[in-house]
Amino acid sequence: MKQNIRKRPIYMDYNATTPCDPKVVEAMLPFFTEKFGNPASRSHAYGWEAEEAVSMARRQVADLIGAGPKEIVFTSGATESDNLAIKGVAQMYGEKGKHVISCVTEHKAVLDSCKRLETWGYEVTFLPVDARGRIDLDELKKAIRDDTILVTLMAANNETGTLHPIEKIGEITREHGVLFHCDATQAIGKVDIDVDRAKIDLLSLSGHKIYGPKGVGALYVRRRNPRVRLVAQIDGGGHERGMRSGTLAVTQIVGLGKACSLLQEGMKQEVEHCRTLRDRLETSIMDQLDYVYINGDPDNRLPSMTNLSFAYVEGESLIMGMKDLAVSSGSACTSASLEPSYVLKAAGVEDELAHSSIRFSLGRFTKEEEIDVAVEQVVSAVRRLREMSPLYELVQEGVDLKTVQWEAH
Amino acid sequence: MAYSEKVLDHYNNPRNVGSLDKKEADVGTGIVGAPECGDVMKLQIQVDKETGQIVEAKFKTYGCGSAIASSSLATEWVKGKTIDEALKIKNSDIVEELSLPPVKIHCSVLAEDAIRAAIEDYKKKQGTKDQEQ
Ligand SMILES: Cc1ncc(COP(=O)(O)O)c(C=O)c1O
Repeated sequence: MKQNIRKRPIYMDYNATTPCDPKVVEAMLPFFTEKFGNPASRSHAYGWEAEEAVSMARRQVADLIGAGPKEIVFTSGATESDNLAIKGVAQMYGEKGKHVISCVTEHKAVLDSCKRLETWGYEVTFLPVDARGRIDLDELKKAIRDDTILVTLMAANNETGTLHPIEKIGEITREHGVLFHCDATQAIGKVDIDVDRAKIDLLSLSGHKIYGPKGVGALYVRRRNPRVRLVAQIDGGGHERGMRSGTLAVTQIVGLGKACSLLQEGMKQEVEHCRTLRDRLETSIMDQLDYVYINGDPDNRLPSMTNLSFAYVEGESLIMGMKDLAVSSGSACTSASLEPSYVLKAAGVEDELAHSSIRFSLGRFTKEEEIDVAVEQVVSAVRRLREMSPLYELVQEGVDLKTVQWEAH
Repeated sequence: MAYSEKVLDHYNNPRNVGSLDKKEADVGTGIVGAPECGDVMKLQIQVDKETGQIVEAKFKTYGCGSAIASSSLATEWVKGKTIDEALKIKNSDIVEELSLPPVKIHCSVLAEDAIRAAIEDYKKKQGTKDQEQ
Protein backbone atom coordinates (compact mmCIF):
# COMPACT_ATOMS: atom_id res chain seq x y z
CA MET A 1 0.00 0.00 0.00
CA LYS A 2 2.69 2.42 1.03
CA GLN A 3 4.74 1.61 -2.03
CA ASN A 4 1.70 2.17 -4.17
CA ILE A 5 1.31 5.68 -2.85
CA ARG A 6 4.98 6.42 -3.34
CA LYS A 7 4.81 5.44 -6.96
CA ARG A 8 2.05 7.87 -7.76
CA PRO A 9 3.24 10.97 -9.57
CA ILE A 10 3.39 14.35 -7.83
CA TYR A 11 0.11 16.08 -8.49
CA MET A 12 0.54 19.50 -10.10
CA ASP A 13 -2.73 19.73 -11.96
CA TYR A 14 -4.96 21.43 -9.40
CA ASN A 15 -6.60 23.53 -12.11
CA ALA A 16 -7.98 20.34 -13.64
CA THR A 17 -9.37 19.11 -10.36
CA THR A 18 -8.50 18.92 -6.68
CA PRO A 19 -8.70 16.09 -4.19
CA CYS A 20 -11.49 16.37 -1.66
CA ASP A 21 -10.23 17.74 1.62
CA PRO A 22 -10.61 14.99 4.25
CA LYS A 23 -12.68 17.43 6.33
CA VAL A 24 -15.07 17.73 3.40
CA VAL A 25 -15.41 13.98 3.13
CA GLU A 26 -16.01 13.74 6.86
CA ALA A 27 -18.79 16.32 6.65
CA MET A 28 -20.41 14.45 3.76
CA LEU A 29 -20.36 10.92 5.15
CA PRO A 30 -23.45 10.98 7.44
CA PHE A 31 -25.54 12.18 4.52
CA PHE A 32 -24.98 8.99 2.57
CA THR A 33 -26.40 6.77 5.25
CA GLU A 34 -28.21 8.09 8.36
CA LYS A 35 -29.11 11.55 7.15
CA PHE A 36 -30.30 10.51 3.74
CA GLY A 37 -33.53 12.48 3.67
CA ASN A 38 -34.90 14.51 0.78
CA PRO A 39 -34.92 18.20 1.68
CA ALA A 40 -38.22 18.51 -0.16
CA SER A 41 -39.87 16.15 2.32
CA ARG A 42 -41.65 18.58 4.62
CA SER A 43 -43.54 15.98 6.59
CA HIS A 44 -40.84 14.30 8.67
CA ALA A 45 -37.53 14.70 10.46
CA TYR A 46 -35.48 13.12 7.70
CA GLY A 47 -36.52 15.88 5.35
CA TRP A 48 -36.05 18.63 7.92
CA GLU A 49 -32.58 17.43 8.73
CA ALA A 50 -31.55 17.41 5.07
CA GLU A 51 -33.17 20.79 4.50
CA GLU A 52 -31.21 22.21 7.40
CA ALA A 53 -27.93 20.86 6.03
CA VAL A 54 -28.63 22.35 2.61
CA SER A 55 -29.46 25.71 4.19
CA MET A 56 -26.20 25.73 6.04
CA ALA A 57 -24.28 24.88 2.86
CA ARG A 58 -26.13 27.63 1.02
CA ARG A 59 -24.99 30.10 3.64
CA GLN A 60 -21.40 28.82 3.51
CA VAL A 61 -21.24 29.25 -0.26
CA ALA A 62 -22.91 32.66 -0.11
CA ASP A 63 -20.58 33.91 2.63
CA LEU A 64 -17.49 33.15 0.60
CA ILE A 65 -18.53 35.49 -2.20
CA GLY A 66 -20.37 38.12 -0.20
CA ALA A 67 -23.81 37.01 -1.35
CA GLY A 68 -27.04 36.15 0.42
CA PRO A 69 -28.10 32.50 0.82
CA LYS A 70 -31.24 33.03 -1.26
CA GLU A 71 -29.04 34.01 -4.17
CA ILE A 72 -27.38 30.59 -4.48
CA VAL A 73 -28.69 27.96 -6.89
CA PHE A 74 -27.09 24.54 -6.61
CA THR A 75 -26.14 22.85 -9.87
CA SER A 76 -24.12 19.88 -11.04
CA GLY A 77 -21.00 21.97 -11.62
CA ALA A 78 -19.67 25.06 -13.31
CA THR A 79 -20.55 23.78 -16.78
CA GLU A 80 -24.21 23.68 -15.81
CA SER A 81 -23.96 27.02 -14.01
CA ASP A 82 -22.49 28.65 -17.14
CA ASN A 83 -25.19 27.12 -19.34
CA LEU A 84 -27.96 28.19 -16.99
CA ALA A 85 -26.63 31.73 -16.62
CA ILE A 86 -26.07 32.38 -20.31
CA LYS A 87 -29.02 30.57 -21.84
CA GLY A 88 -31.32 31.45 -18.95
CA VAL A 89 -30.57 35.18 -19.18
CA ALA A 90 -30.74 35.16 -22.97
CA GLN A 91 -34.17 33.57 -22.96
CA MET A 92 -35.50 35.75 -20.16
CA TYR A 93 -34.31 39.02 -21.65
CA GLY A 94 -34.49 38.13 -25.36
CA GLU A 95 -37.30 40.65 -25.84
CA LYS A 96 -35.04 43.41 -24.63
CA GLY A 97 -32.15 42.55 -26.90
CA LYS A 98 -30.29 39.74 -28.52
CA HIS A 99 -26.66 40.74 -28.11
CA VAL A 100 -24.14 39.15 -25.74
CA ILE A 101 -20.46 39.92 -25.16
CA SER A 102 -17.85 37.33 -24.23
CA CYS A 103 -14.20 36.66 -24.93
CA VAL A 104 -12.22 34.25 -27.10
CA THR A 105 -10.36 32.71 -24.15
CA GLU A 106 -13.39 31.69 -22.11
CA HIS A 107 -13.92 28.09 -21.05
CA LYS A 108 -15.77 25.89 -23.54
CA ALA A 109 -18.80 25.83 -21.24
CA VAL A 110 -19.17 29.57 -21.87
CA LEU A 111 -18.04 29.63 -25.50
CA ASP A 112 -20.30 26.81 -26.57
CA SER A 113 -23.26 28.22 -24.67
CA CYS A 114 -22.69 31.48 -26.55
CA LYS A 115 -22.46 29.59 -29.81
CA ARG A 116 -25.77 27.95 -28.99
CA LEU A 117 -27.26 31.43 -28.61
CA GLU A 118 -26.04 32.25 -32.11
CA THR A 119 -28.08 29.37 -33.49
CA TRP A 120 -31.08 30.89 -31.69
CA GLY A 121 -30.64 34.14 -33.56
CA TYR A 122 -28.57 36.02 -30.97
CA GLU A 123 -25.41 37.89 -31.83
CA VAL A 124 -22.29 37.36 -29.74
CA THR A 125 -19.20 39.57 -29.73
CA PHE A 126 -16.10 37.65 -28.67
CA LEU A 127 -13.53 40.17 -27.44
CA PRO A 128 -9.93 39.49 -28.46
CA VAL A 129 -7.04 39.39 -25.97
CA ASP A 130 -3.52 40.77 -26.05
CA ALA A 131 -0.31 38.77 -25.71
CA ARG A 132 -0.87 38.43 -21.96
CA GLY A 133 -4.44 37.25 -22.37
CA ARG A 134 -5.94 40.59 -21.30
CA ILE A 135 -9.02 42.24 -22.74
CA ASP A 136 -9.07 45.95 -23.54
CA LEU A 137 -11.71 47.69 -21.40
CA ASP A 138 -12.23 50.36 -24.04
CA GLU A 139 -13.05 47.63 -26.50
CA LEU A 140 -15.57 46.23 -24.04
CA LYS A 141 -17.19 49.66 -23.71
CA LYS A 142 -17.32 50.06 -27.46
CA ALA A 143 -18.84 46.61 -27.91
CA ILE A 144 -21.82 47.42 -25.65
CA ARG A 145 -24.89 48.34 -27.73
CA ASP A 146 -28.50 49.22 -27.00
CA ASP A 147 -29.51 45.60 -27.48
CA THR A 148 -26.71 44.12 -25.32
CA ILE A 149 -28.21 42.12 -22.46
CA LEU A 150 -25.25 40.23 -21.01
CA VAL A 151 -21.48 40.36 -20.64
CA THR A 152 -19.93 37.02 -19.69
CA LEU A 153 -16.25 37.11 -18.73
CA MET A 154 -14.26 34.79 -16.50
CA ALA A 155 -12.40 35.91 -13.38
CA ALA A 156 -9.31 33.77 -14.01
CA ASN A 157 -8.33 31.75 -17.03
CA ASN A 158 -7.96 28.03 -16.46
CA GLU A 159 -4.94 27.61 -18.75
CA THR A 160 -2.85 30.72 -18.19
CA GLY A 161 -4.27 32.03 -14.92
CA THR A 162 -4.64 35.52 -16.38
CA LEU A 163 -7.04 37.57 -14.27
CA HIS A 164 -9.64 39.77 -15.87
CA PRO A 165 -10.24 43.06 -14.03
CA ILE A 166 -13.68 42.02 -12.82
CA GLU A 167 -14.25 45.07 -10.64
CA LYS A 168 -13.65 47.38 -13.58
CA ILE A 169 -15.79 45.19 -15.82
CA GLY A 170 -18.62 45.30 -13.26
CA GLU A 171 -18.30 49.07 -13.13
CA ILE A 172 -18.82 49.26 -16.89
CA THR A 173 -21.67 46.76 -17.14
CA ARG A 174 -23.57 48.32 -14.24
CA GLU A 175 -23.18 51.78 -15.75
CA HIS A 176 -24.63 50.54 -19.03
CA GLY A 177 -27.42 48.52 -17.41
CA VAL A 178 -26.10 45.25 -18.80
CA LEU A 179 -25.95 42.05 -16.73
CA PHE A 180 -22.52 40.67 -15.82
CA HIS A 181 -21.97 36.91 -15.55
CA CYS A 182 -18.60 35.83 -14.23
CA ASP A 183 -17.23 32.29 -14.47
CA ALA A 184 -15.18 32.30 -11.28
CA THR A 185 -14.50 28.56 -11.27
CA GLN A 186 -10.72 28.98 -11.16
CA ALA A 187 -10.58 32.17 -9.13
CA ILE A 188 -12.60 31.04 -6.13
CA GLY A 189 -10.31 30.37 -3.21
CA LYS A 190 -7.33 31.99 -4.91
CA VAL A 191 -8.39 35.61 -5.27
CA ASP A 192 -10.86 37.60 -3.19
CA ILE A 193 -14.20 37.85 -4.89
CA ASP A 194 -17.08 39.86 -3.54
CA VAL A 195 -20.13 40.01 -5.78
CA ASP A 196 -21.15 43.43 -4.53
CA ARG A 197 -17.72 45.00 -4.82
CA ALA A 198 -17.29 43.59 -8.33
CA LYS A 199 -20.92 44.30 -9.25
CA ILE A 200 -21.34 40.75 -10.47
CA ASP A 201 -24.91 39.71 -11.28
CA LEU A 202 -24.33 36.01 -11.90
CA LEU A 203 -21.35 33.89 -10.84
CA SER A 204 -20.43 30.27 -11.57
CA LEU A 205 -18.37 28.09 -9.27
CA SER A 206 -17.56 24.42 -9.00
CA GLY A 207 -16.97 22.04 -6.09
CA HIS A 208 -14.16 19.96 -7.48
CA LYS A 209 -11.81 22.90 -8.06
CA ILE A 210 -11.93 23.93 -4.41
CA TYR A 211 -11.36 20.62 -2.58
CA GLY A 212 -15.03 19.71 -2.68
CA PRO A 213 -16.63 16.81 -4.52
CA LYS A 214 -17.14 16.50 -8.27
CA GLY A 215 -20.62 16.81 -9.68
CA VAL A 216 -21.70 19.86 -7.70
CA GLY A 217 -21.46 23.58 -8.27
CA ALA A 218 -23.43 26.74 -7.78
CA LEU A 219 -24.76 29.71 -9.64
CA TYR A 220 -25.07 32.98 -7.80
CA VAL A 221 -28.08 34.91 -9.09
CA ARG A 222 -28.44 38.49 -7.81
CA ARG A 223 -31.76 39.22 -6.12
CA ARG A 224 -31.49 42.95 -5.55
CA ASN A 225 -30.25 45.95 -7.55
CA PRO A 226 -30.91 44.54 -10.02
CA ARG A 227 -33.07 41.47 -9.48
CA VAL A 228 -31.93 38.94 -12.08
CA ARG A 229 -34.40 36.46 -13.49
CA LEU A 230 -33.69 33.32 -15.47
CA VAL A 231 -35.51 30.86 -17.65
CA ALA A 232 -34.86 27.42 -16.16
CA GLN A 233 -33.00 25.00 -18.38
CA ILE A 234 -34.10 21.91 -16.46
CA ASP A 235 -37.81 21.61 -15.80
CA GLY A 236 -39.44 19.52 -13.13
CA GLY A 237 -40.43 19.85 -9.50
CA GLY A 238 -39.54 23.52 -9.24
CA HIS A 239 -36.61 23.16 -6.86
CA GLU A 240 -34.18 26.02 -6.27
CA ARG A 241 -36.96 28.61 -6.63
CA GLY A 242 -37.86 27.20 -10.02
CA MET A 243 -34.44 27.85 -11.50
CA ARG A 244 -33.12 24.32 -11.32
CA SER A 245 -35.38 21.34 -10.78
CA GLY A 246 -34.20 18.00 -9.47
CA THR A 247 -33.87 16.52 -5.99
CA LEU A 248 -31.00 18.27 -4.30
CA ALA A 249 -27.74 16.31 -4.14
CA VAL A 250 -27.52 16.79 -0.40
CA THR A 251 -24.24 14.95 0.14
CA GLN A 252 -22.50 16.89 -2.60
CA ILE A 253 -24.01 20.16 -1.49
CA VAL A 254 -22.87 19.61 2.09
CA GLY A 255 -19.39 18.93 0.70
CA LEU A 256 -19.42 22.10 -1.38
CA GLY A 257 -20.54 24.11 1.65
CA LYS A 258 -17.79 22.65 3.81
CA ALA A 259 -15.21 23.34 1.07
CA CYS A 260 -16.30 26.98 1.01
CA SER A 261 -16.15 27.35 4.76
CA LEU A 262 -12.62 25.89 4.80
CA LEU A 263 -11.61 28.53 2.26
CA GLN A 264 -13.26 31.23 4.30
CA GLU A 265 -10.98 30.27 7.20
CA GLY A 266 -7.78 29.37 5.47
CA MET A 267 -7.63 31.06 2.12
CA LYS A 268 -5.08 33.71 3.07
CA GLN A 269 -2.45 31.23 4.24
CA GLU A 270 -3.23 28.91 1.38
CA VAL A 271 -2.68 31.60 -1.21
CA GLU A 272 0.65 32.53 0.39
CA HIS A 273 1.67 28.87 0.53
CA CYS A 274 0.87 28.42 -3.16
CA ARG A 275 2.48 31.67 -4.24
CA THR A 276 5.73 30.88 -2.43
CA LEU A 277 5.90 27.43 -4.00
CA ARG A 278 4.92 28.67 -7.45
CA ASP A 279 7.61 31.35 -7.36
CA ARG A 280 10.18 28.83 -6.22
CA LEU A 281 9.21 26.46 -9.04
CA GLU A 282 9.24 29.14 -11.68
CA THR A 283 12.46 30.89 -10.73
CA SER A 284 14.37 27.66 -10.21
CA ILE A 285 13.37 26.44 -13.66
CA MET A 286 14.14 29.73 -15.34
CA ASP A 287 17.48 30.05 -13.59
CA GLN A 288 18.61 26.74 -15.02
CA LEU A 289 17.15 26.77 -18.51
CA ASP A 290 17.22 29.26 -21.36
CA TYR A 291 14.42 29.84 -23.86
CA VAL A 292 11.64 29.46 -21.27
CA TYR A 293 8.66 31.79 -21.60
CA ILE A 294 5.78 32.53 -19.24
CA ASN A 295 2.34 32.35 -20.84
CA GLY A 296 -0.37 34.66 -19.53
CA ASP A 297 0.05 37.83 -17.56
CA PRO A 298 3.01 37.53 -15.16
CA ASP A 299 1.86 40.61 -13.25
CA ASN A 300 -1.74 39.63 -12.84
CA ARG A 301 -2.47 35.95 -12.62
CA LEU A 302 -3.48 33.17 -10.26
CA PRO A 303 -0.89 32.83 -7.49
CA SER A 304 -1.00 29.05 -7.61
CA MET A 305 0.13 28.28 -11.12
CA THR A 306 2.49 28.94 -13.96
CA ASN A 307 2.16 28.11 -17.63
CA LEU A 308 5.57 27.85 -19.26
CA SER A 309 6.67 27.27 -22.83
CA PHE A 310 9.94 25.41 -23.27
CA ALA A 311 11.06 26.34 -26.75
CA TYR A 312 12.43 23.62 -29.03
CA VAL A 313 10.90 20.72 -27.12
CA GLU A 314 7.42 19.37 -27.69
CA GLY A 315 4.96 19.26 -24.79
CA GLU A 316 3.86 15.66 -24.94
CA SER A 317 7.39 14.30 -25.11
CA LEU A 318 8.25 16.57 -22.21
CA ILE A 319 5.38 15.21 -20.15
CA MET A 320 6.62 11.70 -20.93
CA GLY A 321 10.03 12.72 -19.67
CA MET A 322 8.69 14.05 -16.38
CA LYS A 323 7.54 10.66 -15.20
CA ASP A 324 6.88 11.61 -11.63
CA LEU A 325 4.85 14.72 -12.37
CA ALA A 326 1.15 14.98 -13.14
CA VAL A 327 0.87 18.19 -15.18
CA SER A 328 -0.99 19.21 -18.31
CA SER A 329 0.12 20.57 -21.66
CA GLY A 330 -1.25 23.00 -24.24
CA SER A 331 0.18 20.72 -26.87
CA ALA A 332 -2.10 19.34 -29.54
CA CYS A 333 -0.80 15.89 -28.87
CA THR A 334 -2.50 15.70 -25.50
CA SER A 335 -5.91 16.49 -26.95
CA ALA A 336 -8.01 14.72 -29.52
CA SER A 337 -8.16 17.73 -31.80
CA LEU A 338 -4.52 17.97 -32.95
CA GLU A 339 -4.88 21.74 -32.56
CA PRO A 340 -2.78 23.44 -29.90
CA SER A 341 -4.54 25.35 -27.12
CA TYR A 342 -6.99 27.97 -28.40
CA VAL A 343 -6.29 30.06 -25.33
CA LEU A 344 -2.59 30.38 -26.11
CA LYS A 345 -3.34 30.84 -29.78
CA ALA A 346 -5.72 33.70 -29.02
CA ALA A 347 -2.92 35.39 -27.10
CA GLY A 348 -0.79 35.20 -30.22
CA VAL A 349 1.50 32.48 -28.87
CA GLU A 350 3.11 30.84 -31.89
CA ASP A 351 2.01 27.28 -32.53
CA GLU A 352 5.49 26.03 -31.87
CA LEU A 353 5.56 27.56 -28.40
CA ALA A 354 2.01 26.43 -27.72
CA HIS A 355 3.12 22.88 -28.49
CA SER A 356 5.86 23.32 -25.89
CA SER A 357 3.69 24.62 -23.09
CA ILE A 358 3.22 22.99 -19.71
CA ARG A 359 0.78 24.10 -17.04
CA PHE A 360 1.90 23.54 -13.45
CA SER A 361 -0.94 24.20 -11.04
CA LEU A 362 -0.33 23.81 -7.32
CA GLY A 363 -2.62 23.66 -4.35
CA ARG A 364 -3.35 23.07 -0.71
CA PHE A 365 -1.44 19.79 -0.47
CA THR A 366 1.63 20.67 -2.54
CA LYS A 367 4.86 20.36 -0.54
CA GLU A 368 8.17 22.14 -0.86
CA GLU A 369 10.05 18.87 -1.46
CA GLU A 370 7.72 18.19 -4.36
CA ILE A 371 8.70 21.47 -5.94
CA ASP A 372 12.35 20.52 -5.79
CA VAL A 373 11.70 17.12 -7.36
CA ALA A 374 9.64 18.82 -10.05
CA VAL A 375 12.34 21.34 -10.87
CA GLU A 376 14.92 18.61 -11.21
CA GLN A 377 12.69 16.54 -13.49
CA VAL A 378 11.74 19.48 -15.67
CA VAL A 379 15.31 20.65 -16.08
CA SER A 380 16.72 17.23 -16.88
CA ALA A 381 13.88 16.31 -19.26
CA VAL A 382 14.16 19.60 -21.14
CA ARG A 383 17.93 19.27 -21.42
CA ARG A 384 17.71 15.71 -22.66
CA LEU A 385 15.04 16.53 -25.24
CA ARG A 386 16.92 19.58 -26.44
CA GLU A 387 19.94 17.37 -27.04
CA MET A 388 17.59 15.39 -29.26
CA SER A 389 15.96 18.42 -30.88
CA PRO A 390 16.92 19.44 -34.43
CA LEU A 391 15.44 22.86 -33.71
CA TYR A 392 17.66 23.49 -30.72
CA GLU A 393 20.64 22.39 -32.80
CA LEU A 394 19.76 24.86 -35.55
CA VAL A 395 19.34 27.66 -33.04
CA GLN A 396 22.71 26.82 -31.47
CA GLU A 397 24.19 27.06 -34.96
CA GLY A 398 22.77 30.55 -35.22
CA VAL A 399 19.96 29.75 -37.64
CA ASP A 400 16.78 31.81 -37.38
CA LEU A 401 14.04 29.17 -37.49
CA LYS A 402 11.68 31.62 -39.14
CA THR A 403 13.89 31.72 -42.24
CA VAL A 404 13.80 27.94 -42.68
CA GLN A 405 11.57 26.53 -45.41
CA TRP A 406 9.73 23.71 -43.62
CA GLU A 407 8.11 20.85 -45.42
CA ALA A 408 4.85 20.88 -43.55
CA HIS A 409 2.42 18.03 -43.85
CA MET B 1 -2.37 8.40 -23.29
CA ALA B 2 -0.82 5.01 -22.79
CA TYR B 3 2.25 4.16 -24.82
CA SER B 4 3.35 0.76 -26.02
CA GLU B 5 6.36 -0.84 -24.37
CA LYS B 6 8.36 -0.33 -27.54
CA VAL B 7 7.57 3.37 -27.82
CA LEU B 8 8.61 3.81 -24.20
CA ASP B 9 11.80 1.88 -24.80
CA HIS B 10 12.79 4.03 -27.78
CA TYR B 11 11.82 7.18 -25.94
CA ASN B 12 13.84 6.25 -22.86
CA ASN B 13 16.77 4.77 -24.77
CA PRO B 14 16.74 6.40 -28.17
CA ARG B 15 19.11 4.71 -30.62
CA ASN B 16 21.48 6.76 -32.72
CA VAL B 17 20.75 10.25 -31.45
CA GLY B 18 23.14 12.78 -32.91
CA SER B 19 24.39 14.39 -36.06
CA LEU B 20 26.69 13.57 -38.94
CA ASP B 21 28.55 16.25 -40.84
CA LYS B 22 26.02 17.30 -43.44
CA LYS B 23 28.76 18.70 -45.65
CA GLU B 24 30.38 15.29 -46.19
CA ALA B 25 29.75 13.79 -49.64
CA ASP B 26 28.81 10.37 -48.28
CA VAL B 27 26.22 11.82 -45.85
CA GLY B 28 22.60 12.33 -46.80
CA THR B 29 20.40 14.56 -44.62
CA GLY B 30 16.60 14.63 -44.52
CA ILE B 31 14.67 17.19 -42.49
CA VAL B 32 10.90 16.83 -42.59
CA GLY B 33 7.94 18.30 -40.69
CA ALA B 34 7.45 21.79 -39.32
CA PRO B 35 7.72 23.29 -35.83
CA GLU B 36 4.19 24.70 -35.97
CA CYS B 37 2.83 21.21 -36.61
CA GLY B 38 4.56 19.93 -33.50
CA ASP B 39 7.09 17.65 -35.15
CA VAL B 40 10.36 17.99 -37.04
CA MET B 41 12.61 15.04 -37.82
CA LYS B 42 16.18 15.16 -38.99
CA LEU B 43 17.52 11.83 -40.21
CA GLN B 44 21.02 11.38 -41.57
CA ILE B 45 22.68 8.44 -43.29
CA GLN B 46 26.27 7.71 -44.15
CA VAL B 47 26.68 5.46 -47.18
CA ASP B 48 29.55 3.24 -48.26
CA LYS B 49 30.04 4.17 -51.90
CA GLU B 50 31.42 0.77 -52.88
CA THR B 51 28.65 -1.37 -51.48
CA GLY B 52 25.80 1.16 -51.39
CA GLN B 53 25.28 0.14 -47.78
CA ILE B 54 24.13 2.54 -45.09
CA VAL B 55 26.89 2.24 -42.51
CA GLU B 56 25.78 4.89 -40.06
CA ALA B 57 22.49 6.61 -39.26
CA LYS B 58 21.67 9.41 -36.82
CA PHE B 59 18.54 11.33 -35.91
CA LYS B 60 17.29 14.30 -34.00
CA THR B 61 13.56 14.78 -33.50
CA TYR B 62 11.35 17.48 -32.09
CA GLY B 63 7.99 15.89 -31.47
CA CYS B 64 5.91 13.64 -29.28
CA GLY B 65 7.11 10.34 -27.88
CA SER B 66 5.78 8.44 -30.89
CA ALA B 67 7.66 10.72 -33.27
CA ILE B 68 10.88 10.19 -31.33
CA ALA B 69 10.32 6.42 -31.29
CA SER B 70 9.49 6.30 -35.02
CA SER B 71 12.67 8.10 -36.00
CA SER B 72 14.80 6.12 -33.55
CA LEU B 73 13.42 2.91 -35.02
CA ALA B 74 13.98 4.20 -38.56
CA THR B 75 17.70 4.74 -37.89
CA GLU B 76 17.95 1.27 -36.41
CA TRP B 77 16.30 -0.27 -39.44
CA VAL B 78 18.21 1.56 -42.19
CA LYS B 79 21.60 0.76 -40.68
CA GLY B 80 23.21 -2.11 -42.60
CA LYS B 81 20.66 -1.92 -45.41
CA THR B 82 21.47 -0.80 -48.94
CA ILE B 83 19.78 2.33 -50.15
CA ASP B 84 17.35 0.32 -52.24
CA GLU B 85 16.44 -1.88 -49.30
CA ALA B 86 15.95 1.15 -47.08
CA LEU B 87 13.54 2.66 -49.58
CA LYS B 88 11.30 -0.36 -49.08
CA ILE B 89 10.64 0.52 -45.42
CA LYS B 90 7.00 1.49 -45.18
CA ASN B 91 5.32 3.61 -42.54
CA SER B 92 2.93 0.73 -41.91
CA ASP B 93 5.91 -1.38 -40.82
CA ILE B 94 6.74 1.26 -38.23
CA VAL B 95 3.10 1.45 -37.06
CA GLU B 96 3.07 -2.29 -36.59
CA GLU B 97 6.40 -2.55 -34.83
CA LEU B 98 5.60 0.25 -32.37
CA SER B 99 1.85 -0.49 -32.07
CA LEU B 100 1.05 3.15 -32.83
CA PRO B 101 -2.57 4.21 -32.35
CA PRO B 102 -4.40 5.84 -35.31
CA VAL B 103 -3.77 9.41 -34.04
CA LYS B 104 -0.02 8.74 -34.17
CA ILE B 105 0.18 7.33 -37.69
CA HIS B 106 1.44 10.66 -38.99
CA CYS B 107 4.60 10.11 -36.91
CA SER B 108 5.39 6.97 -38.89
CA VAL B 109 4.64 8.75 -42.17
CA LEU B 110 7.07 11.43 -41.17
CA ALA B 111 9.75 8.84 -40.37
CA GLU B 112 9.31 7.21 -43.80
CA ASP B 113 9.54 10.65 -45.41
CA ALA B 114 12.70 11.36 -43.44
CA ILE B 115 14.36 8.19 -44.75
CA ARG B 116 13.40 9.10 -48.32
CA ALA B 117 14.56 12.69 -47.91
CA ALA B 118 17.94 11.56 -46.56
CA ILE B 119 18.43 9.10 -49.42
CA GLU B 120 17.37 11.71 -51.96
CA ASP B 121 19.85 14.18 -50.51
CA TYR B 122 22.62 11.57 -50.68
CA LYS B 123 21.76 10.69 -54.29
CA LYS B 124 21.69 14.33 -55.27
CA LYS B 125 25.13 14.83 -53.80
CA GLN B 126 26.46 11.76 -55.64
CA GLY B 127 24.83 12.93 -58.88
CA THR B 128 26.44 16.34 -58.83
CA LYS B 129 29.77 14.71 -57.95
CA ASP B 130 29.47 12.27 -60.86
CA GLN B 131 28.96 15.18 -63.21
CA GLU B 132 32.03 16.91 -61.89
CA GLN B 133 34.16 13.86 -62.59
C1 LIG C 1 -13.05 28.29 -16.07
C2 LIG C 1 -13.84 27.03 -15.98
N1 LIG C 1 -15.16 27.05 -16.20
C3 LIG C 1 -15.90 25.94 -16.13
C4 LIG C 1 -15.34 24.71 -15.84
C5 LIG C 1 -16.22 23.48 -15.78
O1 LIG C 1 -16.43 23.09 -14.47
P1 LIG C 1 -17.17 21.73 -14.08
O2 LIG C 1 -16.14 20.66 -14.25
O3 LIG C 1 -17.57 21.90 -12.66
O4 LIG C 1 -18.33 21.56 -14.99
C6 LIG C 1 -13.97 24.63 -15.59
C7 LIG C 1 -13.31 23.34 -15.31
O5 LIG C 1 -12.66 22.76 -16.15
C8 LIG C 1 -13.21 25.82 -15.68
O6 LIG C 1 -11.88 25.78 -15.48
